[in-house]
Amino acid sequence: MLQITDVAREPRLSKALRFRLLRATLYWVGFAPAVWVFYLGFTNQLGANPVRTLEQELGIWTLRFLITTLMVTPLRDLTGISLIRYRRTLGLLTFYYALLHFTTYMLIDYRLDLQAIAADIVKRPYITFGMLAFAILVPLAITSNDRMVRRLRGAWAKLHRWVYLVAAAAAVHYLLVVKSWPMEPLVYFAIVAVLLAYRLGKHLRRRRRRRPAAA
Amino acid sequence: MLISHAPLIRPSEITPRDVYLNRRSLMLGAAAAGLSAAMAPRGAEAAQLEASPSPLSTDEEPTALEHITNYNNYYEFGTGKEDPAKNAHTLTTKPWSVKVDGLVSRPAEFDLEDLLKPVTLEERIYRLRCVEGWSMVIPWVGFPLSEVLNRVEPLGSAKFVAFETVMRPDEMPGLRAFFNVLDWPYVEGLRLDEAMHPLTILTVGLYGETLPNQNGAPIRLVVPWKYGFKSIKSIVRITLTEEQPPTSWSKQNPREYGFYSNVNPEVDHPRWSQATELPIGQGIFAKRKPTLLFNGYADQVAQLYAGMDLTKFY
Repeated sequence: MLQITDVAREPRLSKALRFRLLRATLYWVGFAPAVWVFYLGFTNQLGANPVRTLEQELGIWTLRFLITTLMVTPLRDLTGISLIRYRRTLGLLTFYYALLHFTTYMLIDYRLDLQAIAADIVKRPYITFGMLAFAILVPLAITSNDRMVRRLRGAWAKLHRWVYLVAAAAAVHYLLVVKSWPMEPLVYFAIVAVLLAYRLGKHLRRRRRRRPAAA
Repeated sequence: MLISHAPLIRPSEITPRDVYLNRRSLMLGAAAAGLSAAMAPRGAEAAQLEASPSPLSTDEEPTALEHITNYNNYYEFGTGKEDPAKNAHTLTTKPWSVKVDGLVSRPAEFDLEDLLKPVTLEERIYRLRCVEGWSMVIPWVGFPLSEVLNRVEPLGSAKFVAFETVMRPDEMPGLRAFFNVLDWPYVEGLRLDEAMHPLTILTVGLYGETLPNQNGAPIRLVVPWKYGFKSIKSIVRITLTEEQPPTSWSKQNPREYGFYSNVNPEVDHPRWSQATELPIGQGIFAKRKPTLLFNGYADQVAQLYAGMDLTKFY
């Protein structure tokens, strides 16, 4: 009898352990591009304009993690594959990359020239959008733990829907920072647009179902 | 003959020594080691050029050749900064001819050799300020544009000079892109007095050798007091006109890029500040420096714009 219970318990334990291990791995893998790009930067292997390359790489990785985070739900809806257990990790990676991107701009590029930075925020739409996106990410990151989920209950989900605004602002931020219309920012913008449109479609369908008379 | 056999000390021999002795290079010891390791090979066809020094050169330390040849905006070869270095080798630069026409008494189509025969090449070490907020110091080899213009004898009615870059989709991957970043061919323009100014040069080399393709081989314009995009590359046509000619970036976005595009820290690009610039090639701790009016050439060129509202004529 005892043996059977043990056998029954063991897979459950190892499953939880497996997710914890996978999450930890995801963090390590997720931080690898940042470690790599900083390593290249500090060993002067980032080419002619390492400051800008560093900023751009960190910014693009922020967008990539943000997009991956936003893909979790559609992926589950459309294929049944649920990565929901990793969504928080992906969201937090997004925040950490945004923090590194922001810090690089503040410290390495502008060397805390607060006057120039303040002027940028007020006068430069791409900086305004970038700062807005980062400012919203902060409370989302702070509330990304079990304790806050329990404490905020319904408000938590509402709060975290602001990530849609973050995604839109980040995609526009990238479009505005380049000259003309090169391909990469347009591709990122399109992906974000599709992911947001998916949410909007889902929301509208749900509302119609709930109130058929209104239609 | 462009090949030098005289025991002349070429700029290419002097500059690396300057770089070597430079304090910053010593401070960034590791950086300097990285540079030489990553030094890109020049094209096999790069030839030495004889050039005399010019009093119009700056005494600032030139940016490393590796950076000048690997950080380029030449959208015909891609929009990435390293795309031109990767892709521009496909451009055929021999033979090359430049058509000079429009409001001139003696229009002509010059073979590059003929164009260069009567001129004395000079080394002009100029600052370059990109509209994107970065800068370099580049030892160009060239000669005043005015020498070519004088040869074709501009008519009294000529007020502007229009320039055109070669357009060869089969040699330029950027022209085959799914989405056109600019309306090709690339065109630029100057007012005739700007074009005749002694600082305005046609350039055929850098660091004492013929231009690498990514830098606008075989012949390009350099106008050091204007943002870099005015200095049109791989020129095939120069036309004198009465009307102000269209220019590529102001066609693409007239609100952001004007015809003049003089470097001016007081007139911001609508989307970013032009007050400071990031010098290229100084590693991750490069310090922004203030941008100067007319890129530091105000003493020589400010009189060209006397009485003009530079915020209106940007």
